[in-house]
Amino acid sequence: MNQNEFVLLITPFRDKVFRLAKRLLISTEEAEDATQEVWVKLWNKNERLNGYGSVEAFAMTITKNYCLDQLKSKRAGNMSIAHSNFTDGAPSLQQKVEDRDSLDWVEKIINQLPEQQRLIIQMRDVEHYEFEEIAKVLEMNETAIRVALSRARKTIRESMTKTHNYGI
Amino acid sequence: MAYNKIEILVEKYFQGETSIAEEKELTNYFSSSDVAQHLEQYKPLFGYFSLAKEQKNTQEIPQFPKSRVKKSALAWFSVAASVVVLLGIGMYVYTNNDLVNENQKLGTYDDPQIAFRETQKALALLSGHVNTGIESVQLIQEYDNSKEKIFNQ
Repeated sequence: MNQNEFVLLITPFRDKVFRLAKRLLISTEEAEDATQEVWVKLWNKNERLNGYGSVEAFAMTITKNYCLDQLKSKRAGNMSIAHSNFTDGAPSLQQKVEDRDSLDWVEKIINQLPEQQRLIIQMRDVEHYEFEEIAKVLEMNETAIRVALSRARKTIRESMTKTHNYGI
Repeated sequence: MAYNKIEILVEKYFQGETSIAEEKELTNYFSSSDVAQHLEQYKPLFGYFSLAKEQKNTQEIPQFPKSRVKKSALAWFSVAASVVVLLGIGMYVYTNNDLVNENQKLGTYDDPQIAFRETQKALALLSGHVNTGIESVQLIQEYDNSKEKIFNQ
């Protein structure tokens, strides 16, 4: 496999890997580094890639493991919250600020969840993976994933209701 | 759209029991403009999920070091070569040793009588061969005789 074929192979899930890394590592720069690292790891397995059923699932697993390692190695390190660039298109400034604020809140809430729940939320609610695929990536069974997902969603709902009712 | 249905879906959603299709339906509902008042609070959640999916990785994919794979192959080549050389030397020494051993096996006899007879036979053969040239050596005696005649006069 040469470089071009490799790039074609990873293009469909390039952004997914990046978003997953960002969900775990939070900072954009770190997520970019992690993504590069994942490509290098994947490239080194080059010849054996065809042996894997789904390269995407494999890439996601590498990403997950790498990011968790990173987090473990600098647990006490800086955890800056990087703001994502939201697209504008909302009508009024007032509405825009409010929307943006509440979306920011959702992000903050999700980023406070335990790592595993963050992974599951990211893969299910953002990337719309089937439970079967998530199970493969996380090496867990589907029931456990459903339970963790439900718990994560409820935690988000609770925190949001608090914010909604008392404004913080 | 019936609020009832959406409410049921939302409840299922929080139980983690919705399918991908049902979740898409929820996302569509919450991104539309007419969301029921009491469901308004979930709007940012689904809005955020759609937005989060928009994030792109704008980085370039790095140039990968091609040589890495080749290098390791080369290393294995040298290992294989040294193994072949060692095997070659080993086989050579081994087979040569065998040849020497085979040459040294000249046969033996268990019965001393037979051994004695065979030895005698061998020695007789040897002495017979040694005696073949003895007649021509006797000619030298003739020279000696004539020398005696001349010098003793």
